[in-house]
Amino acid sequence: MIEDAQARVVLVGNPNTGKSTLFNALTGLRQRVGNYPGVTVARKSGTCELADGQKVELVDLPGLYSLAAVSPDERVVVDALLGRVKNEHAPDVVVVVCDATNLLRNLFLAAQIAELGLPMVIAVNQMDAAKARGIEIDGPLLSYRLNGVPVVLVSAWKGEGITEIRRAVAHALTHKTIFPVVAWPDAIAKAVATVALTAERDTQQPVPEALAQRLLFDSAPTIAEAIGWSAEAREMPIRQAREQVRRSGLNPPAAEPMVHYARLREILEGVVRGVNRETTTVAVDSILLHRIFGPLCFAVIMLGLFWSVFALAKLPMAWIQNGVDLTKAFAASHLVSTPMLQSLVADGVVGGVGAFLTFLPQILILFLFVGILEDSGYMARAAFIMDRLFSWCGLNGKSFVPLLSGFACAIPGLLSTRTIEDPKARLATAFTVPFMSCSARFPIYALMCAAFIGPRYGAFWESVAMVGMHVVGLVIAVPTAFILTRFILKVRPAPFVLELPRYQMPKPRDVIWRMWQNAYEFVSKAGTLIFAITFVVWALTYFPRDPAVAERVRAESPQMNAEHLEARVQAAYVEQSWMGRFGKSVQPVFDPCGFDWKLTVGVLASFPAREVIVSTLGITYSLGKGADANSEDLRVAMREAKWTEGSRVDTPIFTLPTVLALMIFFALCSQCGSTVATLAQEAGSWGWAAASFFYMTALAWIFATAVYQIGSKLL
Amino acid sequence: MVSLSKLLPGQFGKVVSLNAERAVDQRLMALGLLPGMVVKVVRRAPLGDPIALSFGGIEICLRDIEARDIFIDIAADCPVPRPRKKL
Repeated sequence: MIEDAQARVVLVGNPNTGKSTLFNALTGLRQRVGNYPGVTVARKSGTCELADGQKVELVDLPGLYSLAAVSPDERVVVDALLGRVKNEHAPDVVVVVCDATNLLRNLFLAAQIAELGLPMVIAVNQMDAAKARGIEIDGPLLSYRLNGVPVVLVSAWKGEGITEIRRAVAHALTHKTIFPVVAWPDAIAKAVATVALTAERDTQQPVPEALAQRLLFDSAPTIAEAIGWSAEAREMPIRQAREQVRRSGLNPPAAEPMVHYARLREILEGVVRGVNRETTTVAVDSILLHRIFGPLCFAVIMLGLFWSVFALAKLPMAWIQNGVDLTKAFAASHLVSTPMLQSLVADGVVGGVGAFLTFLPQILILFLFVGILEDSGYMARAAFIMDRLFSWCGLNGKSFVPLLSGFACAIPGLLSTRTIEDPKARLATAFTVPFMSCSARFPIYALMCAAFIGPRYGAFWESVAMVGMHVVGLVIAVPTAFILTRFILKVRPAPFVLELPRYQMPKPRDVIWRMWQNAYEFVSKAGTLIFAITFVVWALTYFPRDPAVAERVRAESPQMNAEHLEARVQAAYVEQSWMGRFGKSVQPVFDPCGFDWKLTVGVLASFPAREVIVSTLGITYSLGKGADANSEDLRVAMREAKWTEGSRVDTPIFTLPTVLALMIFFALCSQCGSTVATLAQEAGSWGWAAASFFYMTALAWIFATAVYQIGSKLL
Repeated sequence: MVSLSKLLPGQFGKVVSLNAERAVDQRLMALGLLPGMVVKVVRRAPLGDPIALSFGGIEICLRDIEARDIFIDIAADCPVPRPRKKL
């Protein structure tokens, strides 16, 4: 861990300034990703060696346009700069990363941060893009006008100016180079002082002027709430202070940018030269955002992404599946003498690890594409095109990619909700992602369609059922998001002001690094949890294991061949296992959906990972292990399955209503431990994960029951 | 003076006033959209909302409902494009 003696340097800047590329270049990927205490904002830090050999902790703060914080990400930046984060002192040097093609607007943030009186370095990044557009920047002149604050011209993409940054930070640390503060008009200075005094008295903590400015200027009460200044206490003094400013002819929220921009224009006089010839982005946008070609290109890109996730992942997924099967067989063959250990290793450990590793290729490919779309600047355009479709139910254009990803796997979908700035839309999107029909649901649809719908009603209805199952989640998700954002979520929505950045070539290292980080997170967090749950389910289906059961089955059918007998024994063991007993006692709950105890066991065993349903049905229907969606034996066994008791005795279990009810149940139910764990992490509380679990499971039961009951009446 | 949401793609003008009480307007002002600034409506999204604006060398998109409270003096030399036909 980092000792206290090490200096802390933070990177802060507008979004799309290439801040992360610079961070990667400075830390050389020696990074740690954690969380800020109490919020779901990632804290990215690493070690950076300065020009004088000194090692400092470098923190990459979330990108933001202004200290007028609305979202949790922005609040974290303000807290970090003020030294208000738990166990963290204020940074020793602030590196403000600016976009060279837009220096004026980027320096606004620097001017706000200057009010904190922290040593500063200005990194003017993306100089390559600026030069291409004919812009020249006089770094030394800017530095001179800023009282000697180091100004470094950087092209992080090309790796130019990185050494100079290391030198400038070392210089700022020793020389405490402070960006000169603006001369505030008297009325504002007085109002700030009054607010500071009152806030200090009410909250019993020091309120520096920079903080008092936020209280005076900000429309959103995010910062006031952060320091615990209650609405009743602050209402009067803030209103009076604003009134005081207004009497002098200034409008408080507008006064801050007016004062800063007026001075920054003077500072930049003669610093930025040349014309801003922007041609490429405009030309590309005239096609990609065209009212007809735009949506077409969008559809092509998204279909391409989706196709890649399935097609490119197919082969590596098969390899992993083969590897898992081979490992299983290997473990099984070497542990024949100890059946319990054999089952534990083969079914519990290898099966559990394999269950989520199989999805790793899809996740990697998805993140590769999302990273490319994000870094190239297309993601903002996609959000621009799609926003109208999502805004009415409280989501926004950026919800599209997470929801689309959800059709492959909910985990990358959930992780990509981080690109949504608005905390309300982010949470609502995360809540709806698990409704998308992920690829793990496919095997049960395929089995049911091939075994029952296809043979009886033909290929047309088989495909209708397939498509229907993929649509049903979406149909449920939309009203869910609407209700959630309208009536339930009390989170303040952030304004949907989306910059359409200049197009640029994504840097392979950054894209691959992010893909790797996300994959690592998936494996380490979701993996450990699903592993634990799989183990529990294994134990529940294995124990108790009374040898008398096997002997009884063998005695009942002595002339049966060994393989069938072994399958019978397995089925008998499952039937009397804790899971089997539990399934039988819970069956009345699922009786209205038309599920017998075997299906109930399948449903219950699928809660950690829904893809196990097919192999579980294989065991309960006495086919032994290793049944899959294409196995003809399983289809036959299921067609022949009949109720053994109750009013429906001797009638087939798998009627059309039961088949549809089962598919609907799997389409809607929350049966994925990794998803629940990831949702808890992204939403910042297990409460949301629990809400999602119970909501989805209850919906699944209600819809399955409705389908079965109505279906049984009609047919 | 006309609301920014009434401008047609291609039209531009000077900002007269924003609704300073709203967080979204404060964000826009931080981006440099201050009274006196020339702003141009570049295009509307294919479904009509949001709109893409350009000012001070940057391009942002903003929902119609949020553009309504921003008032503009249309420039004298501003082209008057014909409203686009409904698809």
